[in-house]
Amino acid sequence: MNAAETPFEFVTVSYLTRIGNQSAGTLAELLTGLEHCSDASIFHHTFQTLGSHHFLTDGFSNDFAQWALSDTNRNDLAEQLAALDIRDYVSIAALRSDLCRVVGEYCAAYPNFASQSALERFYFCESVEVTAPLGRNARTLDEFREGIEHLSHSGFYFHFISSRLRLQLRTNDFSHWLADGLGLKSLAQSVDHIDIYTNTLDSARAKLIRLIDREGRKA
Amino acid sequence: MSETLALSRIPLDQYAELLGASEIEELRALAKPLRGRSIEMINSTAVGGGVAEILNRLVPLAEELEINIKWDVMKGGEDFFEVTKSFHNALHGAPYHASPKDFEIFLAYSERNRATLPLDAEFVVIHDPQPTGLIETRPPGANHWVWRCHIDLSHPNRTVWDFLEKFVSRYDCALFSSPEFSRQLPIPQYLFYPAIDPLSEKNCDLDPQFVSQVLGRYQIDPQRTILTQISRFDRLKDPVGVIRAYRIVKRYFDCQLVLAGGSASDDPEGAMVLKEVLREADCDPDIKVLELPAWAPLEVNALQRAATVVIQKSLREGFGLTVSEALWKKKPVVASAVGGIPVQIIHKHTGLLAHSVEGTAYQIRFLLSRPEIATKLGEQGHQHVKENFLITQKLRRYLTLFLTLARGS
Repeated sequence: MNAAETPFEFVTVSYLTRIGNQSAGTLAELLTGLEHCSDASIFHHTFQTLGSHHFLTDGFSNDFAQWALSDTNRNDLAEQLAALDIRDYVSIAALRSDLCRVVGEYCAAYPNFASQSALERFYFCESVEVTAPLGRNARTLDEFREGIEHLSHSGFYFHFISSRLRLQLRTNDFSHWLADGLGLKSLAQSVDHIDIYTNTLDSARAKLIRLIDREGRKA
Repeated sequence: MSETLALSRIPLDQYAELLGASEIEELRALAKPLRGRSIEMINSTAVGGGVAEILNRLVPLAEELEINIKWDVMKGGEDFFEVTKSFHNALHGAPYHASPKDFEIFLAYSERNRATLPLDAEFVVIHDPQPTGLIETRPPGANHWVWRCHIDLSHPNRTVWDFLEKFVSRYDCALFSSPEFSRQLPIPQYLFYPAIDPLSEKNCDLDPQFVSQVLGRYQIDPQRTILTQISRFDRLKDPVGVIRAYRIVKRYFDCQLVLAGGSASDDPEGAMVLKEVLREADCDPDIKVLELPAWAPLEVNALQRAATVVIQKSLREGFGLTVSEALWKKKPVVASAVGGIPVQIIHKHTGLLAHSVEGTAYQIRFLLSRPEIATKLGEQGHQHVKENFLITQKLRRYLTLFLTLARGS
């Protein structure tokens, strides 16, 4: 069996939510907040929230979109914000820029809505990350499969979703190692195509394992 | 010396059956760098109240992770608890004229407890305002001090908050149940949710026969729609508003209403509210107003499980853990968008939020006419609680906090 020189090391992650000093009561204030909040705040309300709400697969994408929908009743803006796919971003700066563009254009087009008070305020928060090695690693596809089966939601989220920012590549830890470590480029690509918005972390993991099994049968 | 506290011990592995072995394994991995390190939790009561309930479960779980944790209870006389009860209400926004004597009593008991409590653990976690003053003689940089505030500080009485803020600002960080409750402080503030224990009597699985017995005892018809609100008889829980919402729903759906809470016999205000509730109920045989003995956890559990829709129509709320209790039981919930409730109810995803009697009635009618949506909200609500509001998640959050504080130093 093909064995990688560098093993895949399984890690788990845990987040604290730090409450920021900014909040928004209107769309105009949301725009100001988006322009000035920390990178950790943009991460928290997009990447991290996708992980912590993974079980909502019908319309929940990020905190900004959810607030636009439930507290300002702006369905069209909510749709535009929800359509921003974090897989397209390898830097928070680029994601922030698009969030600002979408909200800014909306406020410019509908100035009355921009100053309308929301039902509840939006509070900008930040994620503080702590990781812990699980003491498990994989060199072969079988070991890798077993490791994935034993990951919690947090561990799976860390390797599959938040890794994009860490790697600064349009891929995830799993695909990165499958391609670089085992040379399985096609499998790596299929894994990266698993939709993280319409799958829960459990169903994404099940798909990943099916793809690995299919690859195993080829060998 | 600290009191000896009888703790409820449930092995971590029992939680693995509910949450999966990997979740527990990862808790152990996160705890590894904290093994043998010392933590002291301090509050002001060993029994009764949500904080004692949580510590009672949390401390043994942390011990199982080989953390050197202890729980000490601050001692105070009647005069101290009278003052801190007034502080508590004032911090919630109730009118209060503090006298210099009140502050003297608070400071005197803080000093007395500083002389008897160890306060030498690497991480000292102080719960709520009562023991806040213990930080007074903290040697600079000696250990980490955390202030956990379980109450809503969004509209505090200025005098009381100004007094407490001087102490709070000396902590390394403060923990709040909702961003709305936080204050402008010079220290980091973190979001810490209260939690329910899925294995406690209030939340564990029940034999359907027991649920039927409880319904029979209170003459509740299991064949008909049941709307339920579990909360003490307190105006802030708006039980009268719940009856008004029920009356609107009743025009469209045959239903019963259950309003259940702890006995109001030792609470003069509660007894008054109970009278108002009974007056509003006007002998409607489909409204069951139940005064449960000391909260009767198994009965509360049964009533929540038997409900078609659970209501939490509070006007003000700390966190409102009864919402998480209902969601854990996969119940569709209609609740007010106040306090910590919107954290638990993500509108249209894990339940429905309302802002008035009419809105509450409308959302209940919507759920009764769309049972498939009600089921889905209940399922998603259960997942939300599983990910965020269980005691194991709370433990994980504490581990993360201690690791973060240790890293910072």
